[in-house]
Amino acid sequence: MHIYANPTRFLSLAKWLTPLLFWSGLVLSVGAVGWGLFMVPPDRLMGDTVRILFIHVPAAWLGMGGWAGIAISSAMLLIWKHPLAAIAARAIAVPGMVFCAICLATGSIWGRPTWGTWWEWDGRLTSMLVLLFLYAGYIALTEATEREGGSNKIAAIFGMVGAVNVPIINRSVVWWNSLHQPPSITAGKSAIEATFLVPLLIAVAGFSLLFGGVVLMRMRTLIAEAQVEARLRRRALDDDAPVAAPAVLEQA
Amino acid sequence: MKAKHQRLILVIIALIAIVGAGLLAAWGLRNQANYFYLPEQMVSAPPAVGQAVRLGGMVQKGSITTAADGVTVNFMVTGNTADAVPVRYSGILPDLFVEGSGVVAEGSLGPDGVFKATNLLAKHDENYVPRELEGMGTEQAAKMAADTTVGLK
Repeated sequence: MHIYANPTRFLSLAKWLTPLLFWSGLVLSVGAVGWGLFMVPPDRLMGDTVRILFIHVPAAWLGMGGWAGIAISSAMLLIWKHPLAAIAARAIAVPGMVFCAICLATGSIWGRPTWGTWWEWDGRLTSMLVLLFLYAGYIALTEATEREGGSNKIAAIFGMVGAVNVPIINRSVVWWNSLHQPPSITAGKSAIEATFLVPLLIAVAGFSLLFGGVVLMRMRTLIAEAQVEARLRRRALDDDAPVAAPAVLEQA
Repeated sequence: MKAKHQRLILVIIALIAIVGAGLLAAWGLRNQANYFYLPEQMVSAPPAVGQAVRLGGMVQKGSITTAADGVTVNFMVTGNTADAVPVRYSGILPDLFVEGSGVVAEGSLGPDGVFKATNLLAKHDENYVPRELEGMGTEQAAKMAADTTVGLK
């Protein structure tokens, strides 16, 4: 793992891994969502609205998984000071927030016909909304650090503190009475029938690969941006050198 | 080497403290953050008459009766025990509102012990089963789903 903390090694790995993850993820996601939309039979109670499951669940998984990734990267940054860990955490934040928002939006659309409400302040819904705000705060914090300068430790600490919310989201339907149903898939057993479960698992795998591809793309972009900035700074210093010299002479 | 280990220990201690604080907060909220009262909770510790609360549970089989005006329904909500709370509601019922299914009623407890609902929300259970298997209850559906997915997970 420490080998890939070296940006050059990472870049050579990411170069072929990025398109592989992205395209395989895209094919699997589109296939699984198409399967869920057109081939799966309607649910016994919910009818056709069950099809939103194939977007809602992968989005929820990645919204929470994204923050777990930010927390792990933040811990690696604080402990081992890996330069790549900060870049990874920043790269995860935007797609993580997008999937969190997709989860909330699809959940709201699903809630209207199923529960009879767009939004209720129940434990699961509220904790997921808090996660969206955490993402927004994290992105604002990293952007501010990037522009104003300053330590990336602050964002890393925020990333780790925010991780408290992830198990709360996961357990919210077990700890508290909630409108959202308890977990369907728990260790070793599933309350989702195989006709729904197979495309759902493929969708989760596909969305995850896609997420990985997007994160690698963003990491490469962030590294390239940092390199551009370093080069510009070096060139600016070279240009300044002859100008700076007479100034020193004047003072002398 | 030493500084690295020091940071590792610091981060672990910080993580334990943060998670501990989060769990304590969640534990402290365990009664306040409940979205609704269960029938047994409402029977053993009833909220004040007229106080806006939610009641959640299962619609008892065979308990739905429609009043003469055609829009008022009366039914019993049960939980994990034998306790049942009578509910009265006037208005449009959600699609998933059926006997033996989950429901959340918003409203208040009347002086006569009948819960007067101002809004009804249908609660979906965690089972997802295709329509060919329609007509089976929650336990059957859960068993069916568990049977067909053995070995998959």
